[in-house]
Amino acid sequence: MPEVLIIGAGPAGLAAATAARRAGARVVVLDAAEDVGGQYWRHLPQQRPAGREEVLHHGWERFTGLRRELTGVEIVTGAQVWLAERHDGRPPTVHILVGPADGADRVRRVFDPGALVLATGAYERTLPFPGWDLPGVFTAGAAQALAKSERVAVGRRVLVAGAGPFLLPVASSLIRTGARVVGVLEAGGWSRLGRAWTARPTELLSASHKAGELAGYARDLVRHRVPYRVATGVIAAHGHDRVEEVTVARLDAQWAPVPGTSRRVAVDAVCVGHGFVPRSELAVAAGCQTGPDGTVVVDADCRSSVPGVFAAGEITGIGGADLALAEGTIAGTVAAGAAPTSAQRRDVLVYQRFATRLSDGHGIRPGWAEWLADDTLICRCEEVTAGELRDIAAATGSRGLRSLKLSTRAGLGVCQGRVCGRSVEELLDRTTGGLLDPGRTANRPLAGLVRLGELARTQGDPS
Amino acid sequence: MRVVVVGAGIVGAAVARELAGAGVTVTVLDRAASAGGTSAAGEGNLLVSDKGPGPELVLAQRSLTLWQSLRDELPDFPSVEYEAKGGLVVATTTAGAAGLRRFAESQRGAGVLAEEVDPHDLEPDLTRDYTAAFHYPQDAQVQPAIATEALLAAARRRGAEVRQGVEVLGPISLHGRLAGVRTSAGDLHADHVVVAAGPWSGEVSSRLGVMLPVRPRRGTILVTTRMPQRIRHKVYDADYVGAVGSDDAALQTSSVVESTASGTVLIGSSRERRGFDGRIEARVLSALAAKAMVLFPFLADVAVMRAYGGFRPYVPDHLPVIGPDPRLAGLWHATGHEGAGIVLSAATAELLADLLLGRETHVPSSPFAVERPTLASHLASSV
Repeated sequence: MPEVLIIGAGPAGLAAATAARRAGARVVVLDAAEDVGGQYWRHLPQQRPAGREEVLHHGWERFTGLRRELTGVEIVTGAQVWLAERHDGRPPTVHILVGPADGADRVRRVFDPGALVLATGAYERTLPFPGWDLPGVFTAGAAQALAKSERVAVGRRVLVAGAGPFLLPVASSLIRTGARVVGVLEAGGWSRLGRAWTARPTELLSASHKAGELAGYARDLVRHRVPYRVATGVIAAHGHDRVEEVTVARLDAQWAPVPGTSRRVAVDAVCVGHGFVPRSELAVAAGCQTGPDGTVVVDADCRSSVPGVFAAGEITGIGGADLALAEGTIAGTVAAGAAPTSAQRRDVLVYQRFATRLSDGHGIRPGWAEWLADDTLICRCEEVTAGELRDIAAATGSRGLRSLKLSTRAGLGVCQGRVCGRSVEELLDRTTGGLLDPGRTANRPLAGLVRLGELARTQGDPS
Repeated sequence: MRVVVVGAGIVGAAVARELAGAGVTVTVLDRAASAGGTSAAGEGNLLVSDKGPGPELVLAQRSLTLWQSLRDELPDFPSVEYEAKGGLVVATTTAGAAGLRRFAESQRGAGVLAEEVDPHDLEPDLTRDYTAAFHYPQDAQVQPAIATEALLAAARRRGAEVRQGVEVLGPISLHGRLAGVRTSAGDLHADHVVVAAGPWSGEVSSRLGVMLPVRPRRGTILVTTRMPQRIRHKVYDADYVGAVGSDDAALQTSSVVESTASGTVLIGSSRERRGFDGRIEARVLSALAAKAMVLFPFLADVAVMRAYGGFRPYVPDHLPVIGPDPRLAGLWHATGHEGAGIVLSAATAELLADLLLGRETHVPSSPFAVERPTLASHLASSV
């Protein structure tokens, strides 16, 4: 049995693993991908390594350093955690299947860890808009992943839109893989961005390499004459078989389109991302308390509300890789029974302030619902439109998300609301005058797809 | 006449619709949202096949008749997905086959249509290793959350008011009878109060001053990803009948497998008595999966995308409680339907309204009375 089990091998998980190992614990790390690194350090497969990965990756040396330190840590890649069985007062039993998801013979393993570190990261969030289901419309994260792991640009003439500093590295990656980026559109306005990024400037100095990283992306944009517009968004995509044009409009402070400001822009691809949602279903299943924004509530030691369960990285609040590394270090150290240094604690505070600026400047505002048409798909798996959501909510009069999901089928498809859940919940909350069971979106006891044959196989004894 | 109905699940919804249709001023209260508890956690069974001769079967048969007209009542509403698909009960052991034949024979005597069949005429993908199979053409299915909302909408059209997020805190008493409820949103006066709070009915009743032995019996369901339809009936193994009527607190699973209108396959059902403990457990999911594959071996390669659980309202003698409470004038019960609340809601509402309005009842009421002999010891022991 491992003393410390870590779920997720991105920045937070790797930092936790090395910290727990340094503190002398037996450590097991699980990740669903084929290699460690997570979304942030997504790279070419080891069979065909790139000559200079660092060109597309910030902190690549930090990654290779962490990877070297993993000696003695058991790494289980291709590990799909499908169930965290809650217990009272101790970490959950963690059930996993190991092997390619489409393979017939995944191996079932069960862990009863002494301490559990959840470092499961985030899903990206893309707000729906008319035409967002056309081929050629990509989430910002998908475009970034293609650039990082396949060195492929999603189009030749590409617009990047949405909210948050993540748009900058996406634009930068597109440029470096040969695309022409015709613009980067940020939904947040100068006044909010300005307040968020210019308040208490000395704080930013302590996170100076973070600011420097952003400045590097900005230099890429300037060098390639890519216009950066604020208070602007893509509110529709048009085309027959794939996207040919998008409608761009100015957005007011609440992100509602300003009438009379829309114009068409010709593109062959558009990358849209509005931020990230904590990937907290395992934390919820384990019984961890979550906040209204879906983040896992932790103390300064990264302890969740469940004894022995720690959380680090994006699931405690969207803050980027540096905060994830700092939190992972704390979580791994404390999970292994040691005490973090004061410098390690200071790192967390510095990057937390950075995270606060992120949500202050770029957090989603409710006006986005104004750019929806009645026939805009909200739930793509089950093909539920904005009009159907509104009509069925009105017909039933229900104020229950559970009931409305069942009567509209929104969020019941194969993605189980991972793509649309927040948007469905926000639209219904507004339509019903307030849901009585909000925050259910991360309630997914089954954390992944499992074949019945795999389920039926006799359970192994806890390892 | 003013009536407060506590609980916006399917039983409360049906009762509200029925009473409002008779001109009663009805207010439905629920401490949470409508269709958010047991009614949203089941398969939507409209079954006679799992019921032996007796009062519950009589209530179910009356209900099936009523559902025939209920299903089309709301044309402008999302479909309740009523499907008269029929049930197929399959035995896989020699003893199971003999038991199933005896059971079906007794049901036929009570008016249930049950015919021994070659199951592969109905379900080509069923296991070859079966020992007996009976077709029950009267069995049907609805989408239970939508059915609940449809009944609530029908009640509203008849003048009822539905108030969600309002919790009952205690009784309003007047001259020794119940004259309304104190709630989180103020006092609500009424001539009668109907408790239809499913597994939480015991808690609501005790807040109003009487003890009622309604307890939760946990169930878990698996949902697969969408697939081309290969299962056409409600198919279950003959063990299900035994599990429904069992008093065993330990985990019991029996297989109930069916397709839904959306293309998913639902796999039930487990039964456990462990209070309101909502944890999803691997051992339960494994047992459900293994039993489903006994009936349909092809399911081994089908992916499950969701598991959910709920609580059936369970009474020690396994019969619903429908009618006035002799211990407190003005208090009525419509609860304890265990896993059959979706089908029984229709005739329960009719029976309760008949009793409350002094009309002749369509089914005998005494088997469901609070003061029935089989419940007496449970009432006395815990007051």
